[in-house]
Amino acid sequence: MKYQPVIGLEVHVQLATDTKIFCGCSTKFGASPNSQTCPVCLGLPGALPVLNKKVVEYAIKAGLATDCAIAPRSVFARKNYFYPDLPKGYQISQYELPICEHGHLDIEVDGVGKRIGITRIHMEEDAGKLVHADTPGTGDDSGVDLNRACTPLLEIVSEPDLRSADEAVAYLKKLHQIVVYLGITDGNMEEGSFRCDANVSVMPVGSDTFGTRAEIKNVNSFKFVKQAIEYEIERQIELIEEGGKVVQETRLFDPNNGETRSMRGKEEAHDYRYFPDPDLVPLVISDDWVEDTRLGLPELPAVKLARYQDELGLPLYDAEVLTATRELAEYYEACLAAGAPAKLAANWVMGEVTRGLNDAGLAITACPVAPGQLASLIALIDKGTISNKIAKTVFDEMWQNGGEPAEIVEKKGLVQVSDTGEIEKIIDEIMAANMGQVEEYRGGKEKVFGFFVGQVMRASKGKANPAVVNDLLVAKLKR
Amino acid sequence: MKITRQQVENVAVLARLELSAAETETFTGQMDAILAYVDKLNELDTTGIVPTSHAVPMENAFRADEVRPSIGVENALANAPGRMEEFFRVPKVIE
Repeated sequence: MKYQPVIGLEVHVQLATDTKIFCGCSTKFGASPNSQTCPVCLGLPGALPVLNKKVVEYAIKAGLATDCAIAPRSVFARKNYFYPDLPKGYQISQYELPICEHGHLDIEVDGVGKRIGITRIHMEEDAGKLVHADTPGTGDDSGVDLNRACTPLLEIVSEPDLRSADEAVAYLKKLHQIVVYLGITDGNMEEGSFRCDANVSVMPVGSDTFGTRAEIKNVNSFKFVKQAIEYEIERQIELIEEGGKVVQETRLFDPNNGETRSMRGKEEAHDYRYFPDPDLVPLVISDDWVEDTRLGLPELPAVKLARYQDELGLPLYDAEVLTATRELAEYYEACLAAGAPAKLAANWVMGEVTRGLNDAGLAITACPVAPGQLASLIALIDKGTISNKIAKTVFDEMWQNGGEPAEIVEKKGLVQVSDTGEIEKIIDEIMAANMGQVEEYRGGKEKVFGFFVGQVMRASKGKANPAVVNDLLVAKLKR
Repeated sequence: MKITRQQVENVAVLARLELSAAETETFTGQMDAILAYVDKLNELDTTGIVPTSHAVPMENAFRADEVRPSIGVENALANAPGRMEEFFRVPKVIE
């Protein structure tokens, strides 16, 4: 029998606010354990949570960018369970009335477009972190660090619209790109700022009843998501083929062997007894607030992608590369603002700039060559002052030692020689010194032409205008 | 009966409580009485009335995203029954 996988994703996005969602403690990553805590995030009796307004703004942005409806009224709820990383015994989340609902995201896999529904986006607090120390004398005990407790998260829940691991990855990449563009998260997957739970089930092809699903928890890389889902689909199909039944359970992905395994024991407790949190008053969002936020949204990647093709005339490939991250797109756009022609600038940003960054292990925001410098360099090529080849030398010089391209060209005497008299002199000398090759060429061996071009370029230290060299050589050799 | 023994046992598991057979018996009886008492509210017709989630008619209490000093590790750990360096110490958690 053929099986159809069905996948829904829950993504947790850690918001890039300075403080926690319900208290003023810093959210900075990497501080010493429990140094960023207060009565609210420690869950001390009597402490009252107060909502961080920025979290709401970020949630509205995420909702608008995924075409959700923003709820005029939403409520925080307590999700009750006991675990040592959750000091209050409940997590403050949203349940019946989340801030955003009914959105969607358009993805593309192998050239085929598809719309994936977004069920809801809600705000919640993160839990603390458990460490399993091997300090001698502590026996089997665990340590709890509550710095992360109360850190603001958005949970973005998709409809079960995904039908393959590749679609799931495409959806995740798209969503990641959007939330990073919005500037509401650093998107750092290794530090857990963007992590994913995958609900996976299989059903016979043609069926309209979903199978029993397993939930794979906390996968934090695109590669692992693909591996985990593919493994889980295989596992469920094999199980069914052998006459077994998939049980609804939570599973953990082990990156070491690429398998998922059951987290037995946690499942029975899945009765969260949600109820509205009386400590937090209802959240009312006016139309004005939503519209103001909409006006403040940056140009989103899908819009940028279309604009780069339609208005700038770039090929799809260039547009995709340049809009991959907001930072790269901003660098590119700064080059255009400084007067660089669209396609030439695209070639340089995707070529020399990207290569230089990769070699040096730098982010585009730390690029040693500023957009303005690059635009000036491109202008010199455009005017014919320097050749492309010389431009690369100038670029390397700027990268290493800074400076303005025009000054570098002048100081190093790199101006392109287009003066026919000067080039003719060089050609004459080279032909005189290589009469053998001249005879060969005139005897019909046209391949020797390249030899002459090379010699002339070398003699001129790369400064001769290649087009002029070509024309003159043809004329002189043919004679 | 408003509540069964099995439901009480289940709630005890969720609350990480270990109840003896006698305690389970007692609590089942007590909780049953409480639920029967509260059940009286069901005699009221609440058709068309929005459920009350908050007693105070207030909305939108915000704070600005500004860092305020934390209380420090020593204060944070002062009331903890056990500590391990700068961590709260808890019995081993099985993943």
